[in-house]
Amino acid sequence: MLADNHQAEIERILSKYPPDQKRAAVLPLLYLAQHTYGCITEDAIDEIAALLELDPTQVGGLTGFYTLLHDKQEGKYRIQICTDLPCALRGAEAFAKEVCTNLGIQLGETTDDGLVTVEGVMCLAGCDKAPMFQLQDDEGIHYHENQDVSSTMGLIEELRQRGSDD
Amino acid sequence: MTEYILLRHRDIEGIDQLEVYRKNGGYEAFEQVVKKQTPQQVIDEVKAAGLRGRGGAGFPTGVKWSFLTPDVYPRYVVANADESEPGTFKDREIMEHNPYQFLEGVAICAYAAQANVAYVYCRGEFWDLAHRLETKIEALYEAKLLGKKLFGTDFSLDIYVHLGAGAYICGEETALLESLEGKLGQPRLRPPFPAAEGLFAKPTVVNNVETLTNLPPIITRGADWYRTIGTEKSPGPKVFSLSGHVERPGNYELPLGSTFRELIYEHGGGIRGGRRIKGIMPAGASAPLLAATDEVLDTPMDYESVPAIGSQLGSASIIVMDESVDISWMVYKTSSFFKHESCGKCTPCREGTYWMYHVTKRIQEGNASPEDIELLDSVARGIQGKCLCALGEFALMPVISGIEHFRADFQTHTGDRT
Repeated sequence: MLADNHQAEIERILSKYPPDQKRAAVLPLLYLAQHTYGCITEDAIDEIAALLELDPTQVGGLTGFYTLLHDKQEGKYRIQICTDLPCALRGAEAFAKEVCTNLGIQLGETTDDGLVTVEGVMCLAGCDKAPMFQLQDDEGIHYHENQDVSSTMGLIEELRQRGSDD
Repeated sequence: MTEYILLRHRDIEGIDQLEVYRKNGGYEAFEQVVKKQTPQQVIDEVKAAGLRGRGGAGFPTGVKWSFLTPDVYPRYVVANADESEPGTFKDREIMEHNPYQFLEGVAICAYAAQANVAYVYCRGEFWDLAHRLETKIEALYEAKLLGKKLFGTDFSLDIYVHLGAGAYICGEETALLESLEGKLGQPRLRPPFPAAEGLFAKPTVVNNVETLTNLPPIITRGADWYRTIGTEKSPGPKVFSLSGHVERPGNYELPLGSTFRELIYEHGGGIRGGRRIKGIMPAGASAPLLAATDEVLDTPMDYESVPAIGSQLGSASIIVMDESVDISWMVYKTSSFFKHESCGKCTPCREGTYWMYHVTKRIQEGNASPEDIELLDSVARGIQGKCLCALGEFALMPVISGIEHFRADFQTHTGDRT
């Protein structure tokens, strides 16, 4: 249960919205669930729905709509490369392809060790620093800009080290 | 411009620290309005300054505020920090490096709107930025610049950061409000407009980050000063996000009315590798493509001049393409984007973006017939004017303008296959 370990955080989230508008807390609570369990589980959906007095479908439906919410576990780290028009004009598609080739996967796939998923995503507001991507992990989302294949492979190596240290 | 008005961090080191911001006049404007001015006086000053919404629509900000339903409380202010238009990265720089000027703008707006709660709706990808903003907001509470009974008056204000979760459509203000309420981010039917029934069905002002960042200098230095920058109908400074095939992509703060040529060649260093310029998308993916003729390059970038040559200024995210770009590929990229981001609520957009994506993909893959160019054009024209919100209308603009200006780029992919 989220409430077992995150009671203070849940209260902090709820305090941001009027008491009769608890539904507004659903996205922050879904993030909390995702970071706790690695993805949004059905149990978490039920718990959040009960907490906010919603139907579970009103909570679960959001995971299909919003791209940063995941209902299944992929790689521990998601490297989400912007391949939208402005980044593509600065080589992002070739960059994404080469990173994937180096990892022996296709765009959208996860490495065999389950560590890294590489995805192409839409504009991240980093167009002047392309190629760039965001790294999604179980703590949050961090931007990596002005990348090339070697800097990105270096980062992935660091993630591997971090993974084996865990 | 000799002085930065919005990107002040480029002039003043450490302005993202509250004490540095205050040493440089920060929060004098907010204190002045709360202690000495009525909300109506603030609205009148912003109207007189002629500030227009920087999120894309260019609607006069003071006029938008004056639509709030009288005598209905509570009211809300929502800062639209869902910056997601391809090619737009200005709000992010403002919030990362000059956060207090933005937050002071939120506070001034809240006072003018008589709202005691404001939300900053950040796109979910701005995770790190949103957490940094929260620490900035904490510092404001400690300095008693937020909280109860500010400056010894009866005015109280709380600001909260709310993270979205990945949906371009939430930049549309009514979709943003739905999302903030914990629902799918799908646009509402209007009227009622947010000024009448916005967040939690209460009167609400939704303003873009850059718009709000203009408020402190307008209050401190006055509408007359503000109008010395920019043009008569489009006053003030603007942050132009320049991307694509230029030597120096980045944000450039220039007066509204500066020309494309000045931005691209003087500030952006011209086209990468000395190539020739081919096309300009002046408002990210969301406006008609312009063929980069001398006439276009010499056009002032303001809310009147860009529509006069057949496009829009929008959020002023200028994507530059050189002669190597196949415009049918560009249209495929924008169509992929809008198909992905269509919220699915209205049929013309949901189906139209789907079909535009599939036809442009077919063209890219070399599987299209010459008639497919007409089919693509007819799908785009078929949804024109029929969508619930602007997203669908945006989606068709690159398609129609791309075919109109660069039909040959499509034809090279569609040989006679009989």
